[in-house]
Amino acid sequence: MNELIKLSGTELAAKLRAGEVTSVQAVQAHLDRIAEVDGALNAFLHVNAEEALAVAAEVDAIRAAGGADAEALHPLAGVPIAIKDLIVTKGQPTTAASKMLEGWMSPYDATVIEKIRAAKLPMLGKTNLDEFAMGSSTEHSAYGVTRNPWNLNRIPGGSGGGSAAAVASFEAPLALGTDTGGSIRQPGAVTGTVGVKPTYGAVSRYGAIAMASSLDQIGPVSRTVLDSAYLQELIGGHDPKDSTSLPKDLEGLVAAAEAGATGDLKGLRVGVIKELQGEGYQEGVQARFNESLELLKAAGAEIVEVSCPNFKYALGAYYLIMPSEVSSNLAKFDGVRFGKRVLPQEGPMTIERVMGSTRAAGFGDEVKRRIILGTYALSAGYYDAYYGSAQKVRTLIQRDFDAAFEQADVLISPTAPTVAFELGANDNDPLAMYLNDVATIPANLAGIPGITVPGGLSENLPVGIQFLAPAFQDARLYRAGAALETLLEKQWGQSLISQAPAIDTASIAQEA
Amino acid sequence: MSNYTDELVDFDEALDRYDPVLGFEVHVELNTKTKMFSDAPNAFGDAPNTNVTPVDLGLPGVLPVVNKTAVEYSILIGLALNCQIAEKCGFARKNYFYPDTPKNFQTSQFEDPIAYDGYLDVELEDGEIFRVEIERAHMEEDAGKLTHMGGATGRIQGADYSLVDYNRSGVPLVEIVTKPITGAGKRAPELAKAYVAAVREIVKNLGVSDAKMERGNVRCDANVSLMPKGAEKFGTRTETKNVNSLRAVEHAVHFEIERHAAVLDSGAKIVQETRHWHEDTRSTTSGRPKSDADDYRYFPEPDLVPIVTTVEWIEELRGRLPEPPAERRKRLKAEWGYADKEFRDVVNAGVLDEIEATIAAGASAAVARKWWMGEIARLAKAADKDIAALGVTPATIVELNSLIEGKKINDKIARQVLEFVIAGEGSPSEIVDKRSLAVVNDDDALGKAVDDAMAAMPDVVEKIKGGKMQAIGALMGPVMKATRGQADAGRVREIVMEKLGL
Repeated sequence: MNELIKLSGTELAAKLRAGEVTSVQAVQAHLDRIAEVDGALNAFLHVNAEEALAVAAEVDAIRAAGGADAEALHPLAGVPIAIKDLIVTKGQPTTAASKMLEGWMSPYDATVIEKIRAAKLPMLGKTNLDEFAMGSSTEHSAYGVTRNPWNLNRIPGGSGGGSAAAVASFEAPLALGTDTGGSIRQPGAVTGTVGVKPTYGAVSRYGAIAMASSLDQIGPVSRTVLDSAYLQELIGGHDPKDSTSLPKDLEGLVAAAEAGATGDLKGLRVGVIKELQGEGYQEGVQARFNESLELLKAAGAEIVEVSCPNFKYALGAYYLIMPSEVSSNLAKFDGVRFGKRVLPQEGPMTIERVMGSTRAAGFGDEVKRRIILGTYALSAGYYDAYYGSAQKVRTLIQRDFDAAFEQADVLISPTAPTVAFELGANDNDPLAMYLNDVATIPANLAGIPGITVPGGLSENLPVGIQFLAPAFQDARLYRAGAALETLLEKQWGQSLISQAPAIDTASIAQEA
Repeated sequence: MSNYTDELVDFDEALDRYDPVLGFEVHVELNTKTKMFSDAPNAFGDAPNTNVTPVDLGLPGVLPVVNKTAVEYSILIGLALNCQIAEKCGFARKNYFYPDTPKNFQTSQFEDPIAYDGYLDVELEDGEIFRVEIERAHMEEDAGKLTHMGGATGRIQGADYSLVDYNRSGVPLVEIVTKPITGAGKRAPELAKAYVAAVREIVKNLGVSDAKMERGNVRCDANVSLMPKGAEKFGTRTETKNVNSLRAVEHAVHFEIERHAAVLDSGAKIVQETRHWHEDTRSTTSGRPKSDADDYRYFPEPDLVPIVTTVEWIEELRGRLPEPPAERRKRLKAEWGYADKEFRDVVNAGVLDEIEATIAAGASAAVARKWWMGEIARLAKAADKDIAALGVTPATIVELNSLIEGKKINDKIARQVLEFVIAGEGSPSEIVDKRSLAVVNDDDALGKAVDDAMAAMPDVVEKIKGGKMQAIGALMGPVMKATRGQADAGRVREIVMEKLGL
């Protein structure tokens, strides 16, 4: 394995600046890694080698020329990145992992992509996900499952399993994800990587194919907390194209991560959410969580217990609000203007029937399940009981958080109740899959930020620790997250990801 | 088209037995530079699908952003309709699958319109004022335009294929909804026309819409129901969609009253449905059944934040409101002292603004009316142009008039000068000089021409001496000929009298 790919984004950036390596070398090393392991992992739906190398060469040329242009380069210029295939990109296909968008090329870039292009991060390609980001396992992609680099028979989480697996397997140091109910954090937890869901509105959603507009948020995926801080500072900020984007930039994220990395947490009040532990949480997960609490305490944090009694309704409310918005957001996929069009095999050729055939053939089961749920929940006569009640629960959950944040600066919980489950384990039980997001969903319902950091292993599989902070206080996550990362790595003597086993590509090749 | 002929009851007879209840939904297209939720141009008549962005096409990943000018225009409309303006309001999604709606939902206001609880005083032809209560005025986006090719009906059913133009998709609309209008009786059709005309005039006067009905800038859905005379419970209504001229609004209401009466007389029930208006047969045909339970699965638009209006903002907008058209007409009529018919003709000719400007520039009300309703109107008609398109300025009229009053030119020459002005030859004074059109009132020159004429026509001179003053006219011809038509006829007459000692 080329040692370049082991570097974090920040470390690689430093070597690029120092002239020790070129961006072309770094990009090529990652492309080689993709060629080596992605046949087994299937993290990438599209590899963008030519463009990535061209951007890398451009950065190298600017750096070689020196002067003001070189000085003006973004700190992460030349560091490759992978993009979740829910985010639209010019020049690369965008599929949302759905047959519906097979072969579709976006004529425009998402705002985050414009920022990445401006900062000159070579884009390695587009990563796999559950179709339209609906799922917690990346088993619901129309283009095959993604496997967990820690154990190829396990799921990499979802919906952003592709981005998490790519980063965990050293195919990319950085990636973008989207988080509607945990789609950045839960894959981060089960792959031993870092993932952040920023405050709602901190990062423009323009160009992220909408799943549930009031919950969706783009965020960073990386192997270190500091890398995520750099990446969020890059992609964040007000966007006039997104009415829900925050008017002011969130600043000091990198500084907070650097401060946290000293491991000093004196004066930080950490609230343990009573309702997000115990029953339903695997023993090994609970054990790693408790160990992290002890470390935080030893580093000067004040641990308090907080109660969020309405969290028990969160999953139910989420599975009404999210599908309701899904049913409307996905209505545009009808075969009329773009993407797949399927004509009815028999009977009259009417517009309704063309739309129906297209949607029947283009969407997978999980997507259809949610569209049907949401259509029902919004129907006349049911709206108040379902969508209306769910919105009330949402308010109650926000109030729970408000009360909790009066007692604590950040809140903490396991990111997911279990380690990565086996591929196919929940095939016939969507509700069991939904339960995987029980700890991540409340943050989306309240619009607050959350981070997952690696918390150790159970059954040789990663466990994630989640911090949550009040809206706009993303910096607190980076401080707390970086502190826990430092404390744990000191204890282990290395990072968690460096304990990952080699990927046995042969086992998958034989199966195939 | 329907394949049956509706039974109708004579209009007067119908309204001897039934009271009509009306309701109108008028859609006004705003003339903002860009669309409601995107920065695509809001323009009419361009090549199909050129005024579109990814937002207007509903491509994956796009988000709407509210056009602030459209919000301001909507508030202006609300204020002009005497409405309350919401302190906070938002948009909702109206979900339905149809290919003219790129997202398969329309972004529209639903539970919280920007303006509500207003009224409009509508002036009927005889000057009677009828107050129409306004339920709400809300913002929404227009759909694209479908053209169905092939098939007999021009509808999507039976078409071979359909073309869609998304240029109109996302154009800002304000929908003005009345409360049920009762008490119009036999004047219902007249009121319908006058109401829509008044709304059109208001939005035009505000400058927020081009207000051209033939272009669909103002579109009317007319609801009609009948109830037995004296009843209080409204009958079942029908909604005649897209009645797109003032005359058609009047006719559609007239027709539906006659049709409803026939259905009710037969003991049958009115089906709650939309109706299509046919200009050729001046009748409506059944559209699709419509019930209050049409399920559009409305829910708040999560991609937009609420619109918050401050008192300062609303008052600033109120300060921008022009004088309401009806009040302005009343004021101008009094100020100008025109007779009823004179004023009505001026209004119908559409030259109120021009006359007002001409008077402001220094002309009298009578002079302004004489020019705009006379020679300018004649020239416009001859050129088949709008009066405004001739390019005559108020300053031209004032200048022409002062040339006449200064006896530099006469009325006949002034009319010629006006034509030269329109042809772009310059100002009236420049033209008079350049073309040597000034009347000859130089007494020496005129005196000589009169002498010559009298010498040539001694018999005429005798007649004048004999008291036949109208005989002076016979001398005019030769005098005018000698002065190339530029003689001041009044002065010529005076000189003749002087010379004959009369």
